[in-house]
Amino acid sequence: MSSAVPTAPSAPTPSDTSLPTSGPTPTGADPSRRPLWLRIVLTVLVIACGLVFLVPIYWLFSGAVKSNDDIYSWPLKWIPTALHFENFREAWETVPFGRFALNSLITTSIGTALEMINAILCAYAFAFVPFRYKNAMFLFMIGSMMLPGHVTLIVNYITVGNLGLLNTYPGLILPGIGSAFAMFLLYQQMRTVDPEILQAAEVDGAGHWRRMVTIVVPMSAPMILTATLIVMIGKWNEYVWPLISTNTANMRTLPIGLLYLRSQEGYTNWGALLAGTLMAALPMLILFFLAQRRIIGGMAAGAIK
Amino acid sequence: MSSSPLSRRSSVTAPTRPPGDRPRDDHPDLPTGAAARAPGSDAPLVKRRMTPGRRRRIWRDTGLFFLLIAPNLLAILVFSYWPSVYNIVLSFMDWNLLDPFPEWVGLANYKDVFADPDFWTIILNTVVFTGVTVAGSLVGGLALGSLLATRVRFTGLVRTFAFAPHMLPGAAVGMLWLFMFDPNYGLSRFLFGLFGADSPQWTTTSDWSLWALTIAYLWQRLGFVTVIYYTAILDLPQTLYEAAALDGAHGWRMLRHITLPLLSPITFFLSVTGVIASAQAFDLISIMTGGGPGISSSTLSWMVYEEAFQNFDIGRASAAATTLFALLLMMTFIQVRFSNKRVNYAS
Repeated sequence: MSSAVPTAPSAPTPSDTSLPTSGPTPTGADPSRRPLWLRIVLTVLVIACGLVFLVPIYWLFSGAVKSNDDIYSWPLKWIPTALHFENFREAWETVPFGRFALNSLITTSIGTALEMINAILCAYAFAFVPFRYKNAMFLFMIGSMMLPGHVTLIVNYITVGNLGLLNTYPGLILPGIGSAFAMFLLYQQMRTVDPEILQAAEVDGAGHWRRMVTIVVPMSAPMILTATLIVMIGKWNEYVWPLISTNTANMRTLPIGLLYLRSQEGYTNWGALLAGTLMAALPMLILFFLAQRRIIGGMAAGAIK
Repeated sequence: MSSSPLSRRSSVTAPTRPPGDRPRDDHPDLPTGAAARAPGSDAPLVKRRMTPGRRRRIWRDTGLFFLLIAPNLLAILVFSYWPSVYNIVLSFMDWNLLDPFPEWVGLANYKDVFADPDFWTIILNTVVFTGVTVAGSLVGGLALGSLLATRVRFTGLVRTFAFAPHMLPGAAVGMLWLFMFDPNYGLSRFLFGLFGADSPQWTTTSDWSLWALTIAYLWQRLGFVTVIYYTAILDLPQTLYEAAALDGAHGWRMLRHITLPLLSPITFFLSVTGVIASAQAFDLISIMTGGGPGISSSTLSWMVYEEAFQNFDIGRASAAATTLFALLLMMTFIQVRFSNKRVNYAS
């Protein structure tokens, strides 16, 4: 059962639709009935569009392993003459990249764990615990998604300052642990849990806590994983809050580290800059390529309701 | 689903009730199960005699409910709602973050800011950046999403690569595009060279800096919009297309009269969230231009940061943030009004 409900039935995922279909598509006739010339034109167009996204990513990867002779040359060298991993060492030595990575890892993992705990408890309450004004409460919490985060910066800075948490891990993490989007995804999922199972457990004397831990959470596990990935990516990429709430190099996270690296290297050492950029971006790229269906499906589920 | 406590309880107080009824009562909307609905909206409370036991259970459930949502509620109150409100108060104050107390100055910050011609340049930059990125990503995303929905070769691969930039830290995207835009050694020189032209000095001249940001942001956002449209297009009811094809509709008319209306809820969602995201874009600006040269690529989000955390003028910064907030509320309101007339939720 738990694997039979990967997503809410209301949430179409690309995985449902990415299987080849033989029926007509919205944009025209049955693909197999399309004339050859049209298929060729469409394929060329698709490849051209793909290059728009692929070439910059290739440029990042290739630039990170090009020597400066290759980078500062004209005409452009599309393929590095030799793999030059020195760039990574240079970036690592110019600024404390190891420390940035550690900070990113700590804030992302703890922040994600706390936000997901919040999301699970809250979604369970909205799905299964009776309360008369639930509807209003739910709108209130979902409504927080409409509050622009950038507007809250100044006051959050003051609040965290008053708590004495500026330039600390708790100060980096706490303002981000409120959950609306992940809570919404989980709520949608939890509503699909078969109530008869819960009834049976209740008859057997299982309280809310037992029912949540042994039934609802395992049955919602796929969606919890999806939401965790989306939350995690958001936290890793977080930029403005770490920028203002930290003020020493040893508390900076990777994205802020890039700004720092640029100010140290200027534009005379693009190899090292791109190596640093790749180090900040690569974990998210790997995560995405490993779990792209899940991530895209979750994000689409948030949009297509 | 406010009826669930009552019905669950009723299984105890009224054992004669057929057990098969319970699940339906617990989740009255489960059989249809489709739309996202806020809890408690359906099934009016059944009037029932309040026994002391029942009252106790209601209180116990209410207590449990608040216990479960407390951490999240607290975080949202303290770090989302409170700052949104208190920020408005701060915009009537003069403060440098160091003095023990802010000083009340009334509308002085707004008068000051609105009289500053630079502020209007910043507003214009914000509107241009937001408008172009949102409109561009919607048009481009719909076109690309439709193209991918044809399911010719490589569409799966391109979908993945298109979405990937959306997963990257904005700081990394900014660095990458700084390099792409390098007029001497970047791809920009190569592309302009194909047409025999010199690359513009993208990030260092005021004519081009905002466009550099716009292009980089579009690159990051486009894949997300594309994939949402793509998923939605593949989800459209096929029977409508078959019927329309029988009626002789195709190509443009099919798009105009069937696809676009059916996609309007998605377009509405993407435009509302797109405006909110674009207007707050910050990491690209910080990495690529720092709002410059001059203020040529400053937007309201950059101004908030610069005034608050570089000039320590909290009053001005809060006034800018409040303006941003007000503009976003206004935009959302307009979009909702527009959508009530135009968006087709019938599907």
